[in-house]
Amino acid sequence: MKEKVIVYFNNKPFEVEAEQTIMQAADKIGFHIPRLCYHPSLSIEGACRVCIVEVEGMRNYVASCAFPVSEGMRIHTNTKEIRQARRDIVELILDNHPQDCHTCERDGICELQRLAYAMGLRQRHFEGERKRYEKDLSSAAVIRDPEKCILCGRCVRLCSEVQKANTLGFAHRGFKANVMPAYDMGLNESVCTGCGQCVNVCPTAAFLEKNYTQELFERLNDPEVIKVAQVAPSVRAAIGEAFGLEPGRAMAGETVAALKRLGFDYVFDTQFSADLTIMEEASELLERLQSGGKLPMITSCSSAWMKCLEQFHPDLIPNVSTCKSPMSMMGALTKTYWADKIKTDPKKILAVAVMCCTAKKYEAARPELRVNGMPATDLVITTREAAWMFKSAGIDFLNIKPERFDEPLGLSSGAGAIFGATGGVMEAAIRTAYELCTGETLLEIELESLRGFKGIKEGKVMMDGKEIRVAVAHGLGNANELMDVVRADPERYHFIEIMGCPGGCIGGGGQPYAGSNSIPLDEECLRKRAEALYGIDRANTIRRSHENPHVQRIYKELLGRPLSKKSHELLHTHYSAKEPRGIIGNETKE
Amino acid sequence: MNNNVTPDYIITICDGPSCIHKKSKELKESVTAQLKRFGLLDKTRIILSGCLGMCAKGPVMIINPGYTIYAGFNIIDVPEIIEEHLVKKTQVSRLVVQEDNLYNRFYRVFGDVNFFGKQMRIALRNCGIIDPESIDDYLSVRGYEALAKVLSDMQPQDVVQELKKCGLRGRGGAGFPTGLKWSLTAEQPGPEKFVICNADEGDPGAFMDRSAIEGDPHTVIEGMVIGGYAIGASKGIVYIRAEYPLAIKRLEKAIADARAEGLLGANILDSGFSFDLEIRLGAGAFVCGEETALIQSIEGRRGMPRPRPPYPSVKGLFGKPTLINNVETWANIPVIILDGASWFSSVGTEKSKGTKVFALAGNVVNTGLVEVPMGTTLREIIYDIGGGIPDGKQFKAVQTGGPSGGCMPEQYLDTPVDYESLQQAGSIMGSGGMIVMDEGACMVNIARFFLEFTQNESCGKCTPCREGTKRMLEILTRITEGKGEAEDIDKLERLGRMIKKASLCGLGQSAPNPVLSTIANFREEYEEHVRDKKCRAGVCTALLSYTINEKCVGCGACKRVCPTAAISGAVKQRHVIDPAKCVRCGKCMETCKFNAIVRG
Repeated sequence: MKEKVIVYFNNKPFEVEAEQTIMQAADKIGFHIPRLCYHPSLSIEGACRVCIVEVEGMRNYVASCAFPVSEGMRIHTNTKEIRQARRDIVELILDNHPQDCHTCERDGICELQRLAYAMGLRQRHFEGERKRYEKDLSSAAVIRDPEKCILCGRCVRLCSEVQKANTLGFAHRGFKANVMPAYDMGLNESVCTGCGQCVNVCPTAAFLEKNYTQELFERLNDPEVIKVAQVAPSVRAAIGEAFGLEPGRAMAGETVAALKRLGFDYVFDTQFSADLTIMEEASELLERLQSGGKLPMITSCSSAWMKCLEQFHPDLIPNVSTCKSPMSMMGALTKTYWADKIKTDPKKILAVAVMCCTAKKYEAARPELRVNGMPATDLVITTREAAWMFKSAGIDFLNIKPERFDEPLGLSSGAGAIFGATGGVMEAAIRTAYELCTGETLLEIELESLRGFKGIKEGKVMMDGKEIRVAVAHGLGNANELMDVVRADPERYHFIEIMGCPGGCIGGGGQPYAGSNSIPLDEECLRKRAEALYGIDRANTIRRSHENPHVQRIYKELLGRPLSKKSHELLHTHYSAKEPRGIIGNETKE
Repeated sequence: MNNNVTPDYIITICDGPSCIHKKSKELKESVTAQLKRFGLLDKTRIILSGCLGMCAKGPVMIINPGYTIYAGFNIIDVPEIIEEHLVKKTQVSRLVVQEDNLYNRFYRVFGDVNFFGKQMRIALRNCGIIDPESIDDYLSVRGYEALAKVLSDMQPQDVVQELKKCGLRGRGGAGFPTGLKWSLTAEQPGPEKFVICNADEGDPGAFMDRSAIEGDPHTVIEGMVIGGYAIGASKGIVYIRAEYPLAIKRLEKAIADARAEGLLGANILDSGFSFDLEIRLGAGAFVCGEETALIQSIEGRRGMPRPRPPYPSVKGLFGKPTLINNVETWANIPVIILDGASWFSSVGTEKSKGTKVFALAGNVVNTGLVEVPMGTTLREIIYDIGGGIPDGKQFKAVQTGGPSGGCMPEQYLDTPVDYESLQQAGSIMGSGGMIVMDEGACMVNIARFFLEFTQNESCGKCTPCREGTKRMLEILTRITEGKGEAEDIDKLERLGRMIKKASLCGLGQSAPNPVLSTIANFREEYEEHVRDKKCRAGVCTALLSYTINEKCVGCGACKRVCPTAAISGAVKQRHVIDPAKCVRCGKCMETCKFNAIVRG
């Protein structure tokens, strides 16, 4: 039983738990104090001062996000004075912000806009000089627009506390204060992994994905090329939110139909190549187990994670699976296997990936993933970009008749679907590895210990009398922590799944922005998205990757067997240490 | 000479910041040479001391025995002084400032010039007296006796109790009761705790902390060791700005000497208590004087304040309970222990005990460093100690508390200097800056000047301080440029009040003070700027115009000095200034011998 105290909100007494902030107490009793820099997953910044309240006996206003309640405290949230102060603070933020809402990518889904409206800001008093900065367009994944930055510091805290990449920091003082990577270098040179979580938590448009919608619209009009799309599992679990639906509705058929309306000739399912990834990865694991290869083996599906590994953990590169990500496998097959099937010059194929991820844009540009000199994936658009394109093209997404993915790269098992949630790759891999190893079918296929949003999860499976110990981490901060465990105790695990984003791909940097009544990275939202994927798995009659008949067929027709020479040529890659600037030590090496 | 031999003479040469400029080092060389000439070098001890405070009168040299203070002399006077004073045993009376002796509470007699008469030196008791680089000198003035007393006769809680009883309040500015701070930190569970000395003095024109460390580094060390013992910490850090190389050098030497004497380090004075000190250098950010920002800076992060609570006493450096006090606070500790809480609390006012050091600056005769009992009035400081306003000009305002203090006009001159009274007068105690302004100061421009400083030094974290002070600065700039609008003064007040109450840290919470206090006390001056486009002090150049009246004899002198050829007129004819070409530099007015040029 937690200790209770009586506090007064606007002269009315409430019994609330002690040991919490004014804001937490207010939330629970139904006062939503306006806020901006606050985020429940991040440390308390107390910087924006929007959440100020009056506390009797205090000389100054207090930031309700940071100040603890105490017995008998008398709090006023809506006096004339506090309303004007709050209003003036938001006006000051607006005064140093470009006045281009109508042409801004976040028009209508901007927290600052909503706040200004809610504060009753109808008149301006203090306009003056406004900061002017160039956009940073250097990264293939994320755009940084410092002019739109309101210095709430959410991105800085997210990048250092959750992702622990520490790409961003504050620089300069006073009015010139700004958020930037070390030495104001471009994101492409920095330690940025492209995960795009800064885009998710940014209340304005200071961070955006690198947008390819205009280019895609143009290329969709080219009659000479065959337009092929692939759709990642997590896209279908979240895209409805961009159209105002509650999280958790799986909308694969609608997405396929809408992409066809947009002009795609074929729409394939990344879940198919996820099944293929499992075949290769499970086989690679067994081979490493049997032939004394480097263990623990670590997954390589997450693009942000791979950049993180290459720059922060180059010593562990031998541990990483050589498998390409499902997106790049699909791209490679589209431009080889499938081009042959439809007897088309692969140069005439436009391969587009619709992803929940911003880092996939960076992955698509990696030179080592090209096939026969061509990029395996020509363009990557995020869930957000896809939703915008549907709206822009006048496609009635919510009422469209669902359609099926195209064969043969469109059929998938339930194992391919759960790839999108943290622990899913591991679960899918165990389903297949168990059978490959023991020759028996794993019956208990829903591995609860690997589900959910604990930062680092552990599990054990008995295979052929041997205990296989596995671990799962999501979010790069947890991944870094797990890598330290691996270094300290290399024998502890056999197999590790890492996803770069909190919650896995469902929490990707390209997913729809939080709606007006929710917050970015809300765990409840992630849970619902994950549940949508688990629902797809349960509804599927095929739940193990190796049972996917089209996967079996592609081995028969093209690859032979997992880890064959052909497989290695098309489905595997290599990684190498990267030394971006800004990591202590790299400067002195130069 | 050998320190073990009692010298016949001790010559103390002030080596404070201001006297360094007045060539104290060369002075010492010259004195040495003269002593040699008369064969007195072996019989004389020469001390380069910390700041004595008589900055306006420098260079300053005290000859003992006799406590004769020579000041304001030239290096060529040295042979005469040495010969007359030491050989002929007379005085060079024209260069002596001391006229008769007056008892001073501490250890030595300073002399009675008004400058010292109203002062009482507790924190600075040894500054200007002892050789700051000699631990023996410090020991000779009861140095480290307080520490010995604490370690042998007192339990940690007794020390905390003594601090609570004495009524000392933080000298860094906010005036939080020091004893309470100590007891809050002492109550926290250990074992790891820290003691910090905030020596990141950043107020423009302020040099209290610098002088305290340069003049008497051991007293700060002694205070900190006592603090460590009281709260149960074994590690202390002095956070000092890197721009104070001499203070750093002396502190480093003092720490090394104290270690060598067993007064720092493991098992101090065989008491079983261990405590050591480390120096960390600040990189020159004003905001790092704020305690939470300072702690972040020591931790290797960007120095930005964080919300309190938790207070450093609960969660400070590296998340451990931390006792952080400023230099002047620490310097008071040994005296409180030695002379007792009841004596200490007999000095000062009911709520503000002890003394406060001020850096007196601006339009006042005796600029320099002063330490006065709390409750001394501004008038006493400015007129009795400071010698009043130079050049027969009128007093206009005094600003206390550094760049974020308020400006008080004449009717506040009898305000006693203590935390509450200054607050009521719309200013703050701050860390001890005191700037006197005469009638030549434009209050709008003064407010703009201070706000420009705080705006530049804002860390940029919280919205009111970062954005709000910028807008206030824009409005003030526009007013001084003659572009002020009718509602500008109201806007300044609206923003100022909000910034004061809504900002995250003390920097933002006090940044509007100069503006709000000048509006409150000099509103008509603001209105003149806005409405009549006039600056009565003649400071805001955009609001000035120069005209030539009938006194002009047509000599042409003004025409020749005008840098923009704005003046025309035939010889022996009245000249004319073209306002379009005039850049309002005032050269013509300075040049005119007939008072024919007027500024309006």
